[in-house]
Amino acid sequence: MSSQPRGYVIIDPEECKGCGLCVDSCPPDCLVLAPGLSKYGVHPAQYTGEDCTGCGACFYCCPEPGAITVERLIPAKAATAAIPKTQEVTREATL
Amino acid sequence: MNGYEVIHEKSPAFYDRYLRKDELQQQTHYCPGCGHGIVHKLIAEALTDLGLQDRTILVSPVGCSVFAYYYFDVGNVQVAHGRAPAAATALKRSRPESIVISYQGDGDLAAIGTAEIVHAANRGENICVFFVNNSVYGMTGGQMAPTSLIGEVTTTSPWGRRASNEGLPLHVCELLAALETPTYIERVALNDMKNIMKAKRAVKKALQIQKDGGGFSLVEILSPCPTIMKMDPVVARNWVGETLVKAFPLGVFRDRRPELPPGPKIPVKTVAEALEVEESAPEIASPRRHHTRDLTLKIAGFGGQGILLMGQLLAEMALREQMEVSWLPSYGPEMRSGSAHCHVSLSHERIGSPLITQPEVLIAMNELSLHKFAASVVSGGLILYNHTELPVGFSAPQARVVCVPASEIADRLGSAKVANVVMLAALLEETECLPAESAISVLETVVKNPRLLELNRQAMKAGRDYVDTEIEVGAVSQPDGYSY
Repeated sequence: MSSQPRGYVIIDPEECKGCGLCVDSCPPDCLVLAPGLSKYGVHPAQYTGEDCTGCGACFYCCPEPGAITVERLIPAKAATAAIPKTQEVTREATL
Repeated sequence: MNGYEVIHEKSPAFYDRYLRKDELQQQTHYCPGCGHGIVHKLIAEALTDLGLQDRTILVSPVGCSVFAYYYFDVGNVQVAHGRAPAAATALKRSRPESIVISYQGDGDLAAIGTAEIVHAANRGENICVFFVNNSVYGMTGGQMAPTSLIGEVTTTSPWGRRASNEGLPLHVCELLAALETPTYIERVALNDMKNIMKAKRAVKKALQIQKDGGGFSLVEILSPCPTIMKMDPVVARNWVGETLVKAFPLGVFRDRRPELPPGPKIPVKTVAEALEVEESAPEIASPRRHHTRDLTLKIAGFGGQGILLMGQLLAEMALREQMEVSWLPSYGPEMRSGSAHCHVSLSHERIGSPLITQPEVLIAMNELSLHKFAASVVSGGLILYNHTELPVGFSAPQARVVCVPASEIADRLGSAKVANVVMLAALLEETECLPAESAISVLETVVKNPRLLELNRQAMKAGRDYVDTEIEVGAVSQPDGYSY
């Protein structure tokens, strides 16, 4: 799937303080502040679900240690190469 | 997510949850948009990358980052304002294998701690200093810092900082770069992604230098303080780039190993040789002797009773038995009649802390001390009380209480001064923690006057005899009315 974004961002709304630095820093503008309030009482950052490149800018601009986790799309080749490995592990585990 | 792999996540150098408060254990206490969190992340990531987490000691300062020990899963020490480089020096010198980080703000490092940072840098201590400069006192509410800019309005410079009155902003990197000894000094900023990446490399490099034994490194990090600046976090970050960076130019101020001139050779001598005394301690054949046992004691009374000396005698005896010892005195400014006590640890293992909150043995040389400390004695412990009987209404059900009228016995011997030795003898007889000959041998070293030495010998004997003969007839009392 070529339309799949290269990156993915997970934001923990319980940890985010809504400072907005990640929203301002994101090169492809794929983060927004959520309209709703978090338990903490702020508008936490939110991934729009589109265009993330996995650059990590939001991660390094964010002052909270674990509010943001950035993922990158596993290239198709590597992904297929990784599958047998996982199967082996499962087999070993069942044995 | 499926098909994706994690490339950036919370560093394992942080705790999973922060136990500072019952609520919000997943959040730091920093304000939204604060630079400290970013610096924390950069340090944590570098520690993980370099595999240093398990041997790192972080020295937290006074200031907003005072709670850093709640976040970093490393060894943590929190020190007095400005003293972090001094504490870090001690830590590094006593534990050279540890990676020691001094984390400081501008109020901490550039104001009250100026002496400490200059001297630590001048000694070329092999430590890393991360200096977070936001140009203002944050935690205390926005007072002027030595690094505040000209014209910067703070609560203590309400019309703006004036060079004529408050001097110019202190440039710490430039100041320390005037010294020969530092290895690495760089100033970075957190205003944008490019500079944050530079900061990341600088932090890692400083830690790598320490890992390689390379000497002193300091990274100054220009950081936003949105709360005190009364700015939106994004505006505050831009302010760092537009204003703070102009006043404090970024760059590397030092990056080379210092070449130090050779010093005089220090002769290798034993302590006895250096002090020009003869080795007086007897040679001990076996490192561990069966008639010694680990014990923690609190000895308390009033000043002048020989409380502290009794602890020193015990410590000296145990030293001669090749045990580990600690002796921690606590006393007031009075030389006599104030309250005094000391903590003594006798151990066959290394002693973690000289402070003893729950002693196995309490020696109470007066009633006040008995009341004050009896409850702290461990269950199954022993209390030696300097009197013929316990005060009315006193109870310490968890411990065995032995009354030894040491002062009375000492008076009969001719000097109230030896009450402590009588009690020491009673302790040795009762607990068998150390051999009595050992006490005699220490007394022979300490007491030079032959007449007093004889008196001390008599006191030792009297104390032992008392425990051997008198205890049985009811001097040991328990709240249940039984005698042991």
